[in-house]
Amino acid sequence: MSDRLAMEDRRSSRLPFPAELGALVAMALAGLLGYLVFPDDLAFLTRLIGIVFLVLSLDLVTGYCGIATLGQSAIFGVAAYAVGNACLAGLVDPVALLGVGMVAGAVMGLASGVLVAKFQGLPQLVLSIAVGQLVAAMANKLSSVTGGSDGLAGISPGPVLGIFNFDLYGRTGYVFSLVVLVIVFVILLRFVRSPFGLLCRAIKDDSLRARMIGARVYPRLILMYGISGAVAGIGGALTAINTGVVGLDSVSFERSAETLVMLVIGGAGTLWGALIGSVVFQIFEHYVSAANPFHWMTILGLMLIVVVLFAPRGLVPLAVSVVDRIAPRLGGKS
Amino acid sequence: MTAPLLELRDVCKSFGGIRVNDGVSFVVREGDRIALIGPNGAGKTTLVNVISGGLDVSQGSILLGGHDITDFSIPQRVDAGLIRTFQITRLFTNLTVAENVALAVMQKKGITRKFFSSWIDRPNIRDQWMQILGLLGIAHLAAARVSQLAYGQQRLLDLALGLALEPKVLILDEPAAGVPSDESGRIIEAIDRLPPKIAVMMIEHDMDLVFKFAKRVLVLANGRLIFEGDPSAVTHDSEVRRAYLGTYADGRHTS
Repeated sequence: MSDRLAMEDRRSSRLPFPAELGALVAMALAGLLGYLVFPDDLAFLTRLIGIVFLVLSLDLVTGYCGIATLGQSAIFGVAAYAVGNACLAGLVDPVALLGVGMVAGAVMGLASGVLVAKFQGLPQLVLSIAVGQLVAAMANKLSSVTGGSDGLAGISPGPVLGIFNFDLYGRTGYVFSLVVLVIVFVILLRFVRSPFGLLCRAIKDDSLRARMIGARVYPRLILMYGISGAVAGIGGALTAINTGVVGLDSVSFERSAETLVMLVIGGAGTLWGALIGSVVFQIFEHYVSAANPFHWMTILGLMLIVVVLFAPRGLVPLAVSVVDRIAPRLGGKS
Repeated sequence: MTAPLLELRDVCKSFGGIRVNDGVSFVVREGDRIALIGPNGAGKTTLVNVISGGLDVSQGSILLGGHDITDFSIPQRVDAGLIRTFQITRLFTNLTVAENVALAVMQKKGITRKFFSSWIDRPNIRDQWMQILGLLGIAHLAAARVSQLAYGQQRLLDLALGLALEPKVLILDEPAAGVPSDESGRIIEAIDRLPPKIAVMMIEHDMDLVFKFAKRVLVLANGRLIFEGDPSAVTHDSEVRRAYLGTYADGRHTS
């Protein structure tokens, strides 16, 4: 698989940003398709995009650094609450609110990283859950800031760039979210191939060996947590901006667990896996829960088992290996 | 004679009541080729772990280039030029060969703090990792994943990682262990071609390799240094013979 990717890299190395350009076009097309297929359900697609950010942020720490965490939604939720409060306090510009979400997410990510990255394995997992539960409990108690179990309502951001108002059909929200997603995804593709990204993958492989080449592992992991937090924060911000409410569900343990499931379905450590896993899972969930409100959880569980049995590394690595096998027979490989 | 590069002063390491390294002192100079030998359980690997920072010393001090590095962390020692390889290879198995070496090159240059775009193919980085892979004869494997390599090739890559970090002192922990004999020649050849300025200390059981490589031999037995000197003299030393024949001291050691 890596050979093929390496070969593609070399083949297209004459273009300045080949992979990124491809991603940009593919995502814009997929976004347009979504717009055409779900014209009456743009609110669903917009929510979906918010969660995509959360799964991408999890991929950065879990897929690229090997950190086991079930507390990622705490970062998402803190950012969403921060954005909600900023908006209620009078900061209504959506781009500025995104900035607020990013900063809040990054700060929360750094704080989680300081605790969680200190350990490995099960203690790490337990700590991440503890951080998540702590944030969830605080969100419930600090009702003056979070609205408690009623949630934080009445968030109504101003027009995007001072021009595009958030409309009843969610068109502006959808296009705004999609554009932000494409930009962030393309930047992340470039980021994970950077020397820092390579070091993170090495740390995931063998953290002691990484120290033995001189890497300061713990500070690097905290930094990655901060970056991951910023990405999750964008997701939280978009969710707050588009739905106008932030509820306790945004910091819940269930959301963290679901995020991990989406990452596993798509495949960790590729970014594409996070993107495709979260889209597939949410669309599946959306359809199945509508078609069969009583048994959809059962069906979802079965689907998970099937995916894990037949594609234990996720859908994206599976697809790549299938293409790898078929392509030479079709003579498609030079 | 050049100034000491690495110096151990009365280094002791105990685990509970058991003293694994006992008052070890020696000096390594620029360009040295030293073999550290000794029977199983003599404390050789513990000593390497103490020198490289994997274990804290219980007593004594370690100096590198005249500076006390006893309290340095592993990465600080690596930055200072003290590099080791492992008895059982430790590599980044999900990365390619090129990525492994390029990462070490970039780490040495402080480039792993760059957050944007791939640097691995930039000319100044590429030249360096290509040159190291070429020196060790594994340049043709650059695009392969570590998990696809034969064990002998992995050992060469382990060496490549060490070289990429521009060592002043390179400690090789049984570089040919576990490698089939037809491949071990390549490793010996590679060690032969290491830049002459680097001080190399090798832990080895294979005496043929020791005699081929070493200009000086250190013998460790029961945690103590019992011999230091010319390779030709080591086999005639009565204490070394006793240590290897199993009658040394009260016979507590295992082989």
